[in-house]
Amino acid sequence: MSTVMGDRGSAEDSAIEAYGLGKRYRRGWALKDCSFRLPAGRICGLVGPNGAGKTTLMGIAVNLLQPTAGTVRVFGEAPGPGLGAAGRRTAFLAQDKPLFRRFTVAETLRLGRELNPRWDQRTAEDIVRSGDVPLTARVGTLSGGQRTRVAFALAFGRRPDLLLLDEPMSDLDPLVRHELMSVLMAEAAEHGTTVLMSSHMLADLEAVCDYLVVLASGSVRMAGEVDELLSAHTLLTGARTDEGMPADLAARHTVVESRTSGRQFTALVRPDGPVTGDLHADSPSLEEVLLAYLRTPGAPPLISPSAHAGPHPHPHAQHTQEAAA
Amino acid sequence: MKEIEFRIDRRSGVAAYQQIVLQTKQALRLGVLLPGDRLPTAKEVAESSAVNPNTTLKAYRELEREGLVEPRPGMGTFVRQSLAQPQAAADSPLRGELAAWMDKAREAGLEPDDVTALVASLLQERYAGHGASAARSHSRESEERT
Repeated sequence: MSTVMGDRGSAEDSAIEAYGLGKRYRRGWALKDCSFRLPAGRICGLVGPNGAGKTTLMGIAVNLLQPTAGTVRVFGEAPGPGLGAAGRRTAFLAQDKPLFRRFTVAETLRLGRELNPRWDQRTAEDIVRSGDVPLTARVGTLSGGQRTRVAFALAFGRRPDLLLLDEPMSDLDPLVRHELMSVLMAEAAEHGTTVLMSSHMLADLEAVCDYLVVLASGSVRMAGEVDELLSAHTLLTGARTDEGMPADLAARHTVVESRTSGRQFTALVRPDGPVTGDLHADSPSLEEVLLAYLRTPGAPPLISPSAHAGPHPHPHAQHTQEAAA
Repeated sequence: MKEIEFRIDRRSGVAAYQQIVLQTKQALRLGVLLPGDRLPTAKEVAESSAVNPNTTLKAYRELEREGLVEPRPGMGTFVRQSLAQPQAAADSPLRGELAAWMDKAREAGLEPDDVTALVASLLQERYAGHGASAARSHSRESEERT
């Protein structure tokens, strides 16, 4: 398998590789035949409607959940109990940011130090201090933004190579969100951390993510470099015909979504060759592309080459996989 | 030490890395950045504008490909070359010739819009294959290589 040059100059390893991953709960499949690869060093957004399987996917990657089908590799290893390399190199920040409310900030960091052999007290303290969070304050008395900051400190103190964040910004005001996003990006810059972050705030993701995985109804709809995903699409507007979009266009290109209004049609397509005809072609924004895929469950998925995962995807991967549990 | 701070406009529709490239070039043209100056590190840009470090590094790689900056391992990215053009300075012969031509155009009765249109059409003719469109296709090409 060829190696691709990474954004931070080294050969690109895989942070996460999922292959045929599935998880069934009593009410049905939360995740089904989910395959993708996240190269190391990326800041990746995980997008999808509620119930798309985002939290389940993260849970499996950090060994909180067992998959019903398929395999996942984190830095080439199956996620195991905390002491395995994959577990040591990974930190997970759950949506409800579980912290002990009665602990002070200092005690919370102390707990992190006791529980993690690779603990980096200075990084953790710097994150807390730069937000003017008093070390002596009890966690229960902190504001939402301050609590998230302490949770960030706890996560980065573990010096993870992969940080998974489940809706980290959902309950924060725009100012705090910007501040914490800056902390996140600065820490990722300094330590080369791979970040996988789920969010409903498409605009926020567009600003910070260079990689994207889009889930809908438990499977991958789109995965890859943001730039590649964007440049693969064109937004076309033109005069509608009786059936809406001109049939020859639909035959020649991959249509993700088309809509008509009055005499006009608008279509998001993946052009297979030059687009001809009396049309206006425009580059869509990331938000437009995402919304089109989320609205159209039948649209053909788009997985860019760097996001492809196979059954034997990586030279370092152990070959002890196949249908677990 | 930090000579400039980037201002990233999320709503401009211009990719963040391109905004960094353009703002750096602008600073080089205006002489705000001089050879030997250090560009802000990816971490500094992240801290000030919450920009993904990969975005900043991508912009710096593009500037490096154009020969404008160079990375020095462990130290940062430094300006190699200014973009200030001595040939375009206020006392340059080129500017003098253009001024003389413009006087003639005015005597001939051309309005400012006519002059602009004339200059634009000649610019397109004489610089065909240069400039913005060429730079864009160049950057797309190089993206595919990464």
